[in-house]
Amino acid sequence: MANLTMIQAINDALRTALKTYPEVLVFGEDVGVNGGVFRATDGLQKEFGEERVYDTPLAESAIIGSAVGLAIMGFRPVAEIQFSGFYFEAFDALLSQAARIRFRSGGRYHCPMVVRSPFGGGVRTPELHADSVEGYFLHAPGLKVVIPSNPYEAKGLLLSAIEEEDPVIFLEHMKLYRSFRQEVPEGYYTIPLGKANIAREGADVTVVAYGAMVQAALKAAEELEQERQARIEVIDLRTISPIDTETIIQSVQKTNRAVIVHEAPKTGGPAAEIIARINERAILHLEAPVMRVTGYDTVYPFTMIEDQWLPTSDRIKQAIIDVLDF
Amino acid sequence: MGFAVKLQEDFPVIQILSPEGKVTDPDLVPPLSDEQLRQLMKNMVFTRVLDQRAISLNRQGRLGFYAPVSGQEASMLASQFALEKDDFILPSYRDIPQMIFHGFPLYQAFLFSKGHIHGGQIPDGVHVLPPQIIIAAQVTQCVGVASAFKLRKEKRVAICYFGDGATSQGDFYEGLNFAGVYKVPAIFFCQNNGYAISVPFGKQTASATIAQKSVAAGIHGVRVDGMDPLAVYAVTKEALDRARAGEGPTLIEALTYRFGPHTMAGDDPTRYRTKEEMTLWQEERDPIVRFRIYLKERGIWSEQDEQEAVEQAKEEIAAAMKKAESYPPMTIPELMEAMYVKMPENLAEQAAFLRKEES
Repeated sequence: MANLTMIQAINDALRTALKTYPEVLVFGEDVGVNGGVFRATDGLQKEFGEERVYDTPLAESAIIGSAVGLAIMGFRPVAEIQFSGFYFEAFDALLSQAARIRFRSGGRYHCPMVVRSPFGGGVRTPELHADSVEGYFLHAPGLKVVIPSNPYEAKGLLLSAIEEEDPVIFLEHMKLYRSFRQEVPEGYYTIPLGKANIAREGADVTVVAYGAMVQAALKAAEELEQERQARIEVIDLRTISPIDTETIIQSVQKTNRAVIVHEAPKTGGPAAEIIARINERAILHLEAPVMRVTGYDTVYPFTMIEDQWLPTSDRIKQAIIDVLDF
Repeated sequence: MGFAVKLQEDFPVIQILSPEGKVTDPDLVPPLSDEQLRQLMKNMVFTRVLDQRAISLNRQGRLGFYAPVSGQEASMLASQFALEKDDFILPSYRDIPQMIFHGFPLYQAFLFSKGHIHGGQIPDGVHVLPPQIIIAAQVTQCVGVASAFKLRKEKRVAICYFGDGATSQGDFYEGLNFAGVYKVPAIFFCQNNGYAISVPFGKQTASATIAQKSVAAGIHGVRVDGMDPLAVYAVTKEALDRARAGEGPTLIEALTYRFGPHTMAGDDPTRYRTKEEMTLWQEERDPIVRFRIYLKERGIWSEQDEQEAVEQAKEEIAAAMKKAESYPPMTIPELMEAMYVKMPENLAEQAAFLRKEES
């Protein structure tokens, strides 16, 4: 065991994957000698060589496009997009190519690749660095989306993502990179994709969150336990696509109330999909409407107002009170 | 006088066989055996017959999406002819003939046209991707495939095909640029037929040639008469040899012409091309005409050979169409099964619901 930050856990996962699978390649802008703009790939080129860990020209579409070519030929690329807002440059390569190659070749080819990227608000980045892009990928058949919320899970989920035979978008919240440390086992272990984690057990309200919003939801839950003796269950979704419907429904059947939290804008976001599933399967269990706490339907804001824009534990707390008192 | 520097790169058009079927440059004639020359001619004749038949089948509603190829036989088939079986083709939607001669069964090409999933199920051992619809997406993928060959130290080459319009896409430049940096064994084969649907080459770029765009990526570039099978074969062979020797990628610009419309989806080329231009290319520059003269003068091709080739093509095409038409229709469960290696729960539920509805 080692006491690691999330960025160190990610580095450890990449090192473990490079050791375990000769077909794993790590590439992107500044991931080589520099070790990544956040040090996610620190030391990897030195350890595994320039053929396994390499820098690319500054062009997202060709990073992903070449990853598709490598993946269909049996490699396991782990490509990096430097910041989430730059995914848009590569949307064709991801949504129209990587996500469809198995379908359009009737199973003849498939695309075992992972695309890592930092995202997430609260760290004063310039435009198009912090955007929550998971909703676009949730809507794209053929892709999986993973967002870890702590160091231990970041390592296990990333190794699972690398094991996947289909393309995975792996989004790493920048605010979580170095905000706390956790015991992380050495060596190889995985955490299954598509399975949510119950981060806190409770019986009165279900809160579904992921990424940095898990911490905010846990804080709200602790305060409400103190203030109202309310027992809040916090589900860390971990995988945004496919969504672990079963865990959410079982929780809602127990608590009869739910709040969904994400940083992404409200309209058409992951919360809308989760609420639709609760309505389809558990409407007779609901004592109150399912509420959403999300970013506003604006573009991601300039830094001066991002703290007001981002959902806070206070906003989450108020939504939980609203469903409790409905 | 300003500070602008005129591009000094020179990209002459390589030609070996004139439109009259005469060898214009004996030094460049590739060392192909009589049997190889006859086989290349047969491939070209087959493709001309296939094109005529596919257009007719499309008009009868028996085929779906189809992009005509007549006029481009030399550019398509002489380049494919230079490949080894292990080389990998990343085709655009027009490049069905290269796929077929690389081993892709014709009936599956017909199923692709009809929109059936089996039309993309490339048999094992046939090294092609399904035709690419997104213009130039295959260029960046070609870099990845070629990188795989380089990393595994295999002497294989990846070749992608695209038209002149594709060279305006970002992916075209990004792919060439990556290939140059990594020095991968790749060939970027541009079939410049002068038009992207209705938009002429002069409106894609102010650049005099496509070949010179290789300069921006620092890779080798060559311009070839795309109506001349010997020249297309020779430049492709050279690019393959260079790639196999570890000398990196090549951009080939083949100057060609499509006699027919862009696709069979209602395009009318007389709206944007003059009758004179169409006549010039069809009657004076047809690649099959010049190759026929060349082969006849060598005494290795006759009217009877051609007639036999046409008849054989018709039979093969009819048999393939029959097989395609008797193939079981595609189903939604097949679509669902094809999406993921491991089907996620949401899709599995939809599949179960569908089964319940159907029973």
